[in-house]
Amino acid sequence: MNPAFSVIVFTTLAGAAQGLVVALALATLAGLSISASFLAGALALALVMLVGALGASFLHLGRPERAWRAAMMWRTSWLSREVIVLPAFIGAVGLWWLVVRFDAPAVWRALLLPLGCIAIAALLWYCTAMIYACLRFIEEWAHPLTILNYTLIGIASGSVLCCALAALAGEAVLLRAIAPWAFAATVLAGATRVLALRRNAALKPRSTLQSATGIAAPRLVQTSMGMSAGSFNTREFFHRASPRVYRQIRAAALMLLFVLPAFCMLWALSMSSEPAAAAPWLLALLLQVPGLLADRWFFFAQARHPQNLYYQVVS
Amino acid sequence: MIRWLKDLLASHAVADGAAVAHDIGAAVAEPPVRPTTTRGVTGVEPPAAVSVGAAAETLARQLALVIDLNVCVGCHACVTSCKEWNTAGSAGPLCDENAYGANPTGTFFNRVQTYEAGVFPLTETIHFPKSCLHCEDPPCVPVCPTGASYKRKSDGIVLVDYDKCIGCKYCAWACPYGARELDEERQVMTKCTLCVDRIYDEQMAPADRQPACVKACPTGARLFGDVKDPLSEVSIAIRERGGYALMPEWGTRPANQYLPRRPTSAVGATTPLPSARDEAFAAHGSGHGDTDGTGFA
Repeated sequence: MNPAFSVIVFTTLAGAAQGLVVALALATLAGLSISASFLAGALALALVMLVGALGASFLHLGRPERAWRAAMMWRTSWLSREVIVLPAFIGAVGLWWLVVRFDAPAVWRALLLPLGCIAIAALLWYCTAMIYACLRFIEEWAHPLTILNYTLIGIASGSVLCCALAALAGEAVLLRAIAPWAFAATVLAGATRVLALRRNAALKPRSTLQSATGIAAPRLVQTSMGMSAGSFNTREFFHRASPRVYRQIRAAALMLLFVLPAFCMLWALSMSSEPAAAAPWLLALLLQVPGLLADRWFFFAQARHPQNLYYQVVS
Repeated sequence: MIRWLKDLLASHAVADGAAVAHDIGAAVAEPPVRPTTTRGVTGVEPPAAVSVGAAAETLARQLALVIDLNVCVGCHACVTSCKEWNTAGSAGPLCDENAYGANPTGTFFNRVQTYEAGVFPLTETIHFPKSCLHCEDPPCVPVCPTGASYKRKSDGIVLVDYDKCIGCKYCAWACPYGARELDEERQVMTKCTLCVDRIYDEQMAPADRQPACVKACPTGARLFGDVKDPLSEVSIAIRERGGYALMPEWGTRPANQYLPRRPTSAVGATTPLPSARDEAFAAHGSGHGDTDGTGFA
């Protein structure tokens, strides 16, 4: 597939915002003492990220003015379900921000809304991942690891962001509680992503040129795809990166998203000085941003669409 | 022409429709493979059109194309005729970008591709037209978030409502055949409509009420009709000549089918090693196999 920048930005930004909200909700449910102003500020940042993600998703549409129609087919379409759950999540986070900001009763502020946010965030990860995992003939995606990857990468990037914010704001109690969580999530996300990448590298596509054309000859080559230049089919489904760049992006994604941030976190965890040092967390965050983009690019580029069998030779 | 009438009749009165269809079936039969009706009825293999799984919803009527790979000469007349008809239709033009430049691109519903099979000197050039296959279980329809993509219950044609499409391209991702193309100017998804604006147009002469590509084909490589009517020309062709579906492994049950190449005496006589060629055909068929059943798990 040809990775669309709008979808890469949308999925990574929304995933990180979800991870941030989940980290804050878990900390709140655990009864940690977090200052209300920090919580409100972090939730506001999550809201900005989610709205930005929503805006990026609009850029993917050919007819954005009709986007409201996308909520219609929730009975059959995972994309439609995502279109419903994303605003619901924004609404829940907004509501939580409101009750924190205006100091509503604790049952809402510290119990119901954090729980609701966790539930909707999980649902949103599931919907987003199922958009890809439900396409059975894109075999790189059609696997439970896709759901696990989307969820864990969102949790990892969001909790690293949460730690960086907490370190900057001097929220030592929160940082001490979330830091091991962020480290574990990053390691686990990296491990499951490597599993998925290894599975995909070993994948033997079920469709062949023979099954695509029904011509059984062992040697079967395309001599013309039926057009003199390109078409939608050649633009949308081929990433067109050279094999070298393709491998480099894969390596960069693993290093920037998982390995280097994990070392930064080990460095941060090894320091027990108070107030917590923000440098390792900021470094981890800065490394993860390009790592997230590279990893999501690779997620799309790695998917070999069966239609590509029909578009091999321009002539 | 009469095919359309026959489709209409068949849906009304089974007995009358069958009689008409029988006559037509005999009339259009090609001399070399005369469809013997007895084989069709008592046939060893069940009619492909009727043998579909009972679990999924099956329609009573399914219009489709059957493409004969024996006679397609790769002239692209179906491609240009399709473009001409559909670019002039009520749905709006199919864009052409950079049409006279170095890299022209544009929206087409139908493409003819060319493949070379075999090892020299036993090679064959096979021209392979491909458009939307109007799957009986179309993966592009349930994924559409707006309902713009749909399959008609009345005749099984898969269509896009251009007024509802938001251009998210998800349906194109969900089609393993690459049958859908986004129109870059209108920014909506487009695809073969089986010329739904021709085949039911009563203003047209009955002979013209078939898809533009079928009308244009100079060799008669494209057959059009109801694959659910066991006595239709397309059903007989599929049954008697080993019609097969593309990528059976994904269980999409394409309505359009392809007729595999058969060895002919003329070709056999001119190739250097006719016996080797015949053996190859005997071993592999020319594409059709009973592998269809295994892929549906």
